[in-house]
Amino acid sequence: MDALILSRLQFAITTIYHFLFVPVTLGLSIFVALLETWYINSGSYEERVKLKKLVKFFGTIFLINFAMGVVTGIVQEFHFGMNWSEYARFMGDIFGAPLALEALTAFFIESTFIGLWIFGWDKLSEKMHCLCIWIVAFGSNLSAFWILVANSFMQHPVGYAIENGRAVMTDFIELVTNPYVFGEYSHTFFAGITTGGFLVIVVSAWKIATDDESREMFVRTLRRAVLYTMLGTLGVMGSGHMHAQYLAEANPMKLASFEALWETEDPAPFAVVADINQEERRNDSEILIPKMFTFMVHNSFSGEVKGINDLQKEAVEKYGSGYYIPNDVRGMFWSFRAMVGTGGLLLFIVFVTGCLAFFKRDEIRDYRCCLKLMPLLLPLPFIANSAGWYIAEAGRQPWIVVGLQKTAVAVSPNLSAGEVWITLIGFTAIYLFLAVLAVFAAVMFIRKTKITSEE
Amino acid sequence: MDLNIIWFILITVLFTGFFILEGFDYGVGMMMLGRPKNERAQFVRAIGPVWDGNEVWMITAGGATFAAFPHVYATMFSTFYLALFLMLLALIMRGVAFELRGKLQYSDWINFWDFGIIFGSFVPALLWGVAVVNLLRGLPIDYQMHYVGNFLNLLNPCAIMGGIFFVLLFAFHGANFLALKIADRGLVQELQKKSVCLGLLTLFAYVLFAGVAAAETDILAKLGTVVFLGLSIAAIIAGCAGAYAGKACKAFISSTLAIACLTIAFFNALFPRIMVSSISPDFSLNIYNAASTPHTLFLMTIAAVIFVPIVLVYQAWTYKTFKDRVTPADVHYH
Repeated sequence: MDALILSRLQFAITTIYHFLFVPVTLGLSIFVALLETWYINSGSYEERVKLKKLVKFFGTIFLINFAMGVVTGIVQEFHFGMNWSEYARFMGDIFGAPLALEALTAFFIESTFIGLWIFGWDKLSEKMHCLCIWIVAFGSNLSAFWILVANSFMQHPVGYAIENGRAVMTDFIELVTNPYVFGEYSHTFFAGITTGGFLVIVVSAWKIATDDESREMFVRTLRRAVLYTMLGTLGVMGSGHMHAQYLAEANPMKLASFEALWETEDPAPFAVVADINQEERRNDSEILIPKMFTFMVHNSFSGEVKGINDLQKEAVEKYGSGYYIPNDVRGMFWSFRAMVGTGGLLLFIVFVTGCLAFFKRDEIRDYRCCLKLMPLLLPLPFIANSAGWYIAEAGRQPWIVVGLQKTAVAVSPNLSAGEVWITLIGFTAIYLFLAVLAVFAAVMFIRKTKITSEE
Repeated sequence: MDLNIIWFILITVLFTGFFILEGFDYGVGMMMLGRPKNERAQFVRAIGPVWDGNEVWMITAGGATFAAFPHVYATMFSTFYLALFLMLLALIMRGVAFELRGKLQYSDWINFWDFGIIFGSFVPALLWGVAVVNLLRGLPIDYQMHYVGNFLNLLNPCAIMGGIFFVLLFAFHGANFLALKIADRGLVQELQKKSVCLGLLTLFAYVLFAGVAAAETDILAKLGTVVFLGLSIAAIIAGCAGAYAGKACKAFISSTLAIACLTIAFFNALFPRIMVSSISPDFSLNIYNAASTPHTLFLMTIAAVIFVPIVLVYQAWTYKTFKDRVTPADVHYH
């Protein structure tokens, strides 16, 4: 394996690992902020004691996750220069701006106000303290916006010109209002709500089943988290659907690839499962729902959807000879199904949990054995998130910036395979090691903490 | 003055902020070495509310370099590949350690993470010194701005001495910060004694480093640089004197000024280059051949002019909020 493929692998591992924590930060920050708002507006003394404990409880889980997200985010930023120097040269005029703005406008407020929030319980007024966590939530979600502005340019370049062999920014407003940003951001935002909310559901369910003293409060968070997650899941589905329709014009190759549609068809069928033969550019066998793909794209049963093979021909005409098909159509096809499948399953689980929390509130203890198993479902949103990013990034190949620069020429020319092996193994090892310790710390904390009215 | 010069100044400002603020965070981390558990907890608590915001100065300095001088970002980060890998491992350990160390109360658990903080503070301090000196000393960079040397090229005696100098300077700065932030008087006196020792060691390392650097680089070529280097030496001496006299505030301000003067001196020596090529002066990266377009520079200037002051205001407010000295009773928070 050469430095290119190893660098890609390293970036993929770092990104996926980083994005295990990011959605929790995005969603849980808002949830904790809502909890604290509830706390400062609550009435009786007893209620306030319990709610404050609850805010700190979920706040602590948030903080463990937040630390993991922050440190991997630094790795992410450094990677653009370390492994992808030619990308940084080619794209710096455009890509550097949102990255610097992310640091200036989002990272600073996030990390400053999180410090105020953690240590400011006795130093700030209640309202000011609550405002701090809202600012953290705002900063986190703003940082997601900036980095997705940068990513959207890579998927769908706008507002640029090519000068002296590099891309230069001609219109910042166009960069920020890239329609691609809207799809990516809304999808990511709601994925964050879903992931953060589902984490609260799982933790609450587990506490209800295992901790009798704290049960009352966790039934209450469970109900709120169910509504929150439901909103997130529906949002993620709606925005995903809209974004896929938009892909039909913005990046049809990606769309056709994750549906493994090799030939242009009108109306196009939807392949439920397919045995994909990338070499011969066809599916060896498939189970189809007629007209369905066309319906998903056009909201009607007639209309053309372009296939991979025609798009390849178009690309050759536009960019010269070459292979413009993402090199892992099979992986994209199944990742898409994994994403949509786990998303659907998640909605179902949240719905069932919601029925329990709202209509069986008093008998919820009888469902203890089910609730106790909820942690086994926790991987679901994380699988969906990772699969989603896999499609987004693998679907961009062979380009690093669609139509402008290929991944193969973007890698740092001075790196040897040996050097990248060292870092790949080193990063992966420390990621695994820290994940184990962080989960261990979180589980021990969740286990021992009680939410009661005792001081 | 054109935008390229303004951005060179802004990058200098960001790195100055980074070295001053993260300088004492790294220093405090290193001061934890060999201290008992309750003191380490107080040290961590002293920087607990602010270290994360301080670290963003580094991220912003990096991001701003990317936006304003993308070729520098590309060449520098790919050149220092393995060094940055080590730095990232250290920063990862350190960042997670701050959060996890207090989550469980087993001694082994706390000791392990505290070791992570010490390691995670020492390594970046050392490597930033090594990196900064190499920028000025010159690296084998070819006509395409590609690094053609290897990892060992970075580990020359001059750069390593620069690294050791940074470590000592930051440790001195950290000791001065702690002397301001710790409530226990006995401990403060002990810290101030250490600060005096560290200050003298820093001076010693400074002289050695300056000697080698004068021979191997053109650091003394400009009068302005010499003046700022002189000021930084004076500030370190003043810091030692302050610590010796038990004046914590004076000592901390002095080490702050020392770092600021040193950073300014260094960037002034570089100007208008940012990365020196040892192959040919024509291959050096400078503020013109490595820059973004005027359009992007202009846009980023507006952003910096608006947001940097805002950041300064709320970060200053944070320091004001946590102005009290840390008592042993404070540490149960974390």
